[in-house]
Amino acid sequence: MSKVLMKGNEAMALAAIKAGCEAFYGYPITPQNELPEYLSKHMPLYNRVFVQAESEIAAINMVYGAAGAGARVLTSSSSPGIALKQEGISYMAGSELPGVIINVMRGGPGLGGIQPSQADYKQITRGGGNGDYYLYSLAPETLQEAVDLIKESFDIADYFRNPVMIAVDGLIGQMMEPVDLDREVPKWDLKPKTWIADGNTKNRKKNVINSLYLDPQDLEDHNMKLKEKYDEMRANHQRYEFINMENAEIVIIAYGSVSRIARSAIEILSEKGIKCGILRPITIFPYPKKAFSKLPLTVKNLLVVEMSTGQMLDDVIISNERGLPISFFGRVGGIVPEVEEIVEKVLEIVGGEKHE
Amino acid sequence: MNNVEIVYKKSEGLTDKYLSYCPGCTHGIIHKLVAETLVELDLIDRTVGISSVGCSVLNYDFFTCDMQQAAHGRAPAVATGIKRVRPNSIVFTYQGDGDLASIGIAEAIHAAHRGENITIVFVNNAIYGMTGGQMAPTTLIGQKTTTSPNGRDAKTQGLPLKIAEMMATIPGATYIERVSVHNPSHVRKAKKALIKAFSIQMENKGFTLIEFISTCPVNWGMTPKDAVDWAVDNMIPYYPLGVYKDKTAGEEK
Amino acid sequence: MISEKVIIAGFGGQGVMLMGQLLSYTATAKDLNTLWFPSYGPETRGGTANCSITISESNVNSPVISTPDSIIIMNKPSLDKFQPKLKSGGHLFLNTSLVKDVVLREDVNVHNVDANDIAIELGNLKVANMVMLGAYLEVTKVFDAESVLKVLKKKFTGSKASLIEINKEALEAGKKAVL
Ligand SMILES: Cc1ncc(C[n+]2csc(CCOP(=O)(O)OP(=O)(O)O)c2C)c(N)n1
Ligand code: SF4
Ligand SMILES: [Mg+2]
Repeated sequence: MSKVLMKGNEAMALAAIKAGCEAFYGYPITPQNELPEYLSKHMPLYNRVFVQAESEIAAINMVYGAAGAGARVLTSSSSPGIALKQEGISYMAGSELPGVIINVMRGGPGLGGIQPSQADYKQITRGGGNGDYYLYSLAPETLQEAVDLIKESFDIADYFRNPVMIAVDGLIGQMMEPVDLDREVPKWDLKPKTWIADGNTKNRKKNVINSLYLDPQDLEDHNMKLKEKYDEMRANHQRYEFINMENAEIVIIAYGSVSRIARSAIEILSEKGIKCGILRPITIFPYPKKAFSKLPLTVKNLLVVEMSTGQMLDDVIISNERGLPISFFGRVGGIVPEVEEIVEKVLEIVGGEKHE
Repeated sequence: MNNVEIVYKKSEGLTDKYLSYCPGCTHGIIHKLVAETLVELDLIDRTVGISSVGCSVLNYDFFTCDMQQAAHGRAPAVATGIKRVRPNSIVFTYQGDGDLASIGIAEAIHAAHRGENITIVFVNNAIYGMTGGQMAPTTLIGQKTTTSPNGRDAKTQGLPLKIAEMMATIPGATYIERVSVHNPSHVRKAKKALIKAFSIQMENKGFTLIEFISTCPVNWGMTPKDAVDWAVDNMIPYYPLGVYKDKTAGEEK
Repeated sequence: MISEKVIIAGFGGQGVMLMGQLLSYTATAKDLNTLWFPSYGPETRGGTANCSITISESNVNSPVISTPDSIIIMNKPSLDKFQPKLKSGGHLFLNTSLVKDVVLREDVNVHNVDANDIAIELGNLKVANMVMLGAYLEVTKVFDAESVLKVLKKKFTGSKASLIEINKEALEAGKKAVL
């Protein structure tokens, strides 16, 4: 199909509609406002639900309710709002409810700023709320990838009966790029939702949506069952991309918008005779640990680049089986790393330009 | 130059910082009134103000008193925290309709319910100004916003919330009034309401809230003049001005 | 091979964002890769607005432009902000109706366009952006004005359709201003 030029927030909204999202609940916050604004106009046209809730806490609890009733449901917000949603997200994971949450990250902590950031990495990849749980978390780098992953994410959420987090930054929310909204995405093998509590027990037993297990043994069993899901995600559903990896001497590890900036950097580096590859995590939970054992033996250095003071850095340290030296470059507060800064950092690590 | 007389000057309760409001926005007038009130009652050097999240988020730079910035909607809780440990300080919050009437309604109700001895300056402009014009709980029926693109519809979005009326029903509240700043005589009335509210707080008589009918020319898509007219023609009929509760009424002066 | 990075900057209300979007829409219509990124939030309230546009036959990587090939400057604060970033040998399009008596770099190509004056002469100050765009297209040859106009015709429907003619004239006048 032909491509249309769309703003990131709007393209993500339309992707959710295409994925069969039946309901959206949210609360305004910059830089994701165009997403709910788009849905406020378009969801009614499809006879679907749009509610501007009174707060993010209310919004995520509406999501919890709708997911329990079996609906495909979405919420979106930005960092301070996602922080408020943690209560409901934890309840969803505990009650094994699917749902998609889009976080268009901005700078923090506290009220922070409204410019692009990746400072919620730890919150996203460690669960975020109380209890022992994880979110399947996807970090697209282009609008096309964001659209494709959002379309797939509703299936992934249903498959695992677990919330899925789409982690993007203000850049992706605000930029316009041509996208094809009708591209095929993988279909997951989904079982019918026999567990829903939608008040329709004529032909089935009563169902209960709940995360309360007062008996410690029951709660341990429940936690172990959840762990099996997270283990399956880790074992079989890591996603990443290798870019320019053949004979690379140094590898930049970056996700989301930052990996695009790294792509520009490696072009300049190659002109300077430096073989620099990129390892781009697409899932940030599960972290693509497997990629580290597949790095070519030519790699002598790793450089982590993030819009944070070094959050994914910890995952790289955990995954660095070969014990390669790790350097870090980060910009924060809404400042986006510049291509030249990354080039300079790489040159500093490899000891300058190389000309035969 | 001995025949020069100063007849008007900027309140000493305001700093020299450039106000970040759009031209013609009535947030500015309300700031002036709050500052003047605090100065005239000689309270400015014993006051803590709470900046909420909204277009007024930066007003910690505008008032000369101590200020603390609160998370979205939580200003009355922050004010409670301060007032309970520093009962001799004067504590006020400055909150928009999204901040108070939506995400922070629980905090507002419960501060009133506990009879906290604080003052809430509540700025109702029927919209979320800061985030670019989304629907607020106070948005009028039929009013178009970026999240009510076809105009607010009571069926799915409810009827606009009347905060002054609602807060007046809370037994713990002491003084609740709704005012407007659309012309000089109403500006004077609004100032009187603030003086009343802060005086009540000074006398430890409890919770006070003054609701201001305010404008947002930018997100209403109007000139400042049209915005003021729109507020008079549309907001005030739905949000009538006046005193909604006064527990001190009838007390000896 | 087309590979163009341009930053457009001015006051909010000068149509800066629309100018950039038109370039990206035209690129999309021609099946090129493109990326448009705006400044956003309260930063743009009453103050300055800018957007970055990349147009390329290959993939667009970095969404932020650190060294633009061209800059279109609609007001004075924007010149101060973006002139230092312009690539050596790049094109600087200056709205000389508003930006006067300024120090300009010598290693770039400066194109003076009295965009506001020309727009007022055409009868609508609001098309000053299109005058600048006309000048930009003439010099850089990224697209011909005809392709941009085609996109505009698709976007301006209904009551806006009457504006197409003056926009066309503005593009034309901008072109003449740099001939
Ligand atoms: C937890 C959280 N959610 C959302 C926001 C985004 N936000 C900033 S201001 C605002 C609404 C402000 O509207 P209002 O209180 O009416 O003030 P106004 O700007 O109209 O004066 C919102 C939703 C935020 N900062 N924090
Ligand atoms: S956006 Fe509206 S409320 Fe905010 S400063 Fe501007 S006019 Fe005032
Ligand atoms: Mg408001």
